[in-house]
Amino acid sequence: MSGYLLNRLGQALFVLWAAFTISFVLLQAMPGDAVLIKFQNPELGLNPQQIADIRASYAADSAIWVQYLQTIGRFLTGNFGYSVQAGVPVSTMLAAHLPATLKLASLGFILAAVFAVAIAFVSSLTPFAWLRGAIQSVPSLFISIPTFWLGIMLIQIFSFRLKLVPVINPGPWQELILPVITLAVPIAAPLAQVLVRNIDDVLTRPFVAVARAKGATRHWVLWRHVAKNALLPTLTIAGVLFGELIAGAVVTETVFGLNGIGGLTERAVGSQDAAVLQAIVVLSALAFVIINLIVDLLFPVLDPRLRTKAGATA
Amino acid sequence: MNSSITPYPPVLEIENLSISYNDGVAHRRVVHDVSFRIEPGEVVALVGESGSGKTTTAQSIIGLLSANGRIEGGNIKLNGTDISRWSDRQLDTVRGAKISLVPQDPASSLNPVKTIGAQVGEILRIHGAASGRDVEPQVISLLERVGLSEPALRARQYPHELSGGMRQRVLIAIAIALKPQLIIADEPTSALDVTVQKRILDLIDELRTEYGTSVLLVTHDLGVAADRADRLVVLQGGRIQELGATKVVLAAPRSAYTRQLIVDAPSFSAVARKAPATAREKPVPSDDDVVIVEGLVQDFVRSDGDGKSFRAVDGLSFRVRRGTTHSIVGESGSGKTTTIRAIVGFQKPTAGSIEIDGTDLSQLRGETLRQFRRKIQLVYQNPYGSLDPRQAVFDIVAEPLLNFGRLARPAREEKVRAILNRVGLPEAALSRRPHALSGGQRQRVAIARALVLDPDVVVLDEAVSALDVTVQARILDLLDELQRDLGLTYLFVSHDLAVVRQISDTISVLKDGRLVDGGTVEDVFERPGSDYTRELINAIPGQKRAALV
Repeated sequence: MSGYLLNRLGQALFVLWAAFTISFVLLQAMPGDAVLIKFQNPELGLNPQQIADIRASYAADSAIWVQYLQTIGRFLTGNFGYSVQAGVPVSTMLAAHLPATLKLASLGFILAAVFAVAIAFVSSLTPFAWLRGAIQSVPSLFISIPTFWLGIMLIQIFSFRLKLVPVINPGPWQELILPVITLAVPIAAPLAQVLVRNIDDVLTRPFVAVARAKGATRHWVLWRHVAKNALLPTLTIAGVLFGELIAGAVVTETVFGLNGIGGLTERAVGSQDAAVLQAIVVLSALAFVIINLIVDLLFPVLDPRLRTKAGATA
Repeated sequence: MNSSITPYPPVLEIENLSISYNDGVAHRRVVHDVSFRIEPGEVVALVGESGSGKTTTAQSIIGLLSANGRIEGGNIKLNGTDISRWSDRQLDTVRGAKISLVPQDPASSLNPVKTIGAQVGEILRIHGAASGRDVEPQVISLLERVGLSEPALRARQYPHELSGGMRQRVLIAIAIALKPQLIIADEPTSALDVTVQKRILDLIDELRTEYGTSVLLVTHDLGVAADRADRLVVLQGGRIQELGATKVVLAAPRSAYTRQLIVDAPSFSAVARKAPATAREKPVPSDDDVVIVEGLVQDFVRSDGDGKSFRAVDGLSFRVRRGTTHSIVGESGSGKTTTIRAIVGFQKPTAGSIEIDGTDLSQLRGETLRQFRRKIQLVYQNPYGSLDPRQAVFDIVAEPLLNFGRLARPAREEKVRAILNRVGLPEAALSRRPHALSGGQRQRVAIARALVLDPDVVVLDEAVSALDVTVQARILDLLDELQRDLGLTYLFVSHDLAVVRQISDTISVLKDGRLVDGGTVEDVFERPGSDYTRELINAIPGQKRAALV
């Protein structure tokens, strides 16, 4: 068990390092940098010599591997550097924007899970074949909807037409309703698809027939035998879909003008604020790694077969 | 047939039952006008091969036909009440309480994520026989009743922590929990080792006598049916071929199909299928040992990483003469598969030596090892899993030729055609894919694939175990014929002693990785040298009939 844990931790650290390095190289490879974008602005009236001095003060011209080692050293001590554009520590910016995103992401994920489970189980329980077919085609529809379009449509319909959700000065929860739905839909779709397939698969297993032979009703079998067996493989997909959640949050926050990490990312990309982007990439990778680590560690808890010290059987 | 004078109605009476499956295009009828009855306390065996409709019939009785199945006509009367048109809700009151099921495959018939106790207790809870704190003591006494040691511990364990035999006992505990009138045992032991099989069937017998329960035993094994059933119902193609008291049917079968089944059942044939090795004409000198295994030891490191190793094979030695069949016999976990994996060079032995046709295996590496594989070929147990479903038969059989040497396309084609003809497959099969072939045909393809390289030794790993008896008999005939014509040496791995007795010249009996008995067939069967071998021989089903005839 401890070997398993160490192995997973090692993998997690490797993923973090790789995410840091690749994003570092890509950000360095971009033409121009944040310093140029900010100070080359003609309105500031700086001459090339002054710009060069400022660049030197940001250490923007030192060799790339020196910068790499310096940055990695800073990150290891929890120092994410300064945002060139805003002139404040990156950690301050992250702290200001993180809560909104955490709220959006966790609510979005919960709603996605609720959607997916509802679709899968309602379609499995319905006695009508046509209804089952209709419900099961919902995920494919969900998958093909682009997030930005869905967001705009929801605002159009619910805010402007039906005036159900205010756009001007919404309450702290009201402003989350439409973004959460927008975020949940593309995540719920693949989850539901996997879950529907798993349920169908588990239903054909002999132990289901045995449970039916005991006199258990369809509902009893579905909840007490099928559900857990079908949800286990879905858990892996849920961990992987977390990446989708991060990507979805950027678009959603932009569409709805929410002040979260997504919006921050969008602005940082616009101004090539490498320090901010670097920190966001590492933060996202960290979140992704932690979620998947939790999923991996959860498996032995939920599945007794993974708990025992694998007895060698020839 | 109608005996209205019986004081009690039959527990089960099936009248003109017809069942069809919707295959997406039309309703295809698979059970035709089947009628039989089961009296209280009686064991009736439903015997037939795969596709005979025996499982479909059994499923319809308990209302568990698959979604595309439909009862087209006839009645299923339980204690005189027709339940064939009952709704699921009505059937739920009968299932488990009046009729219960002992399924075929204990490995997959228990929910892997629930404890044994929860799964046994479930049937009590569903029918309101116990609730809350009353469940556990009842569960434990049921587990004890079916002969499980440490029942309290078992109740807390999960299915994967139990052996196949123990799991089947748990399933029997579930089936008898509410003392039903009828137990449907659908191939209850075909996935188990012979000795376990015997113990499980004994247990079912014992419980039946104790509770007066009737049993519908669904089986493909006429030997099992002969030993256990009062009456036989022989099904073929969804129609009843023969029906009557077991003794009568076996002594004087009326239908040609039943006669064929009896002839083909390996457990009934007291004599060897082939003449003893010494009497046969030998194409080569008889003292030519083609396989020599000396002191084979195989350790495996346990996967939980505590560094301890597990000895799967422990000091095994045997020799096989060219042109003979040597059988390696043992139950699951006895090391037979490990032994043959070492012999074909899939894994390096921990100690000991293996010599095939004069080549010491331990000297072979990389390309020489690959070239060596021409000499020794494998036929696997499962004719469904061992053929690539996307390849046509021609490509499957031609592939080994592509791996070894550059035979021109016309020559290759000629060779493949010849070998397929040799194993008795029609020309038309060449372009078919495995799914369009029957189990027996697939195993013929697998044999053709093994033979196309002209090997010296063919390893048959449970190669006929998954086949119906009549198909099995044909494949065994084929193997025998090929051996005589081509001078092949067979290493036959099996848990089925009845088959082993028929086809072997020499035998090694393995238990826990050790050789407990070895020698010629007569030696081992007539004068078994160990208790274990005796137990194995006694567990062969069909002995009741042997005593009868």
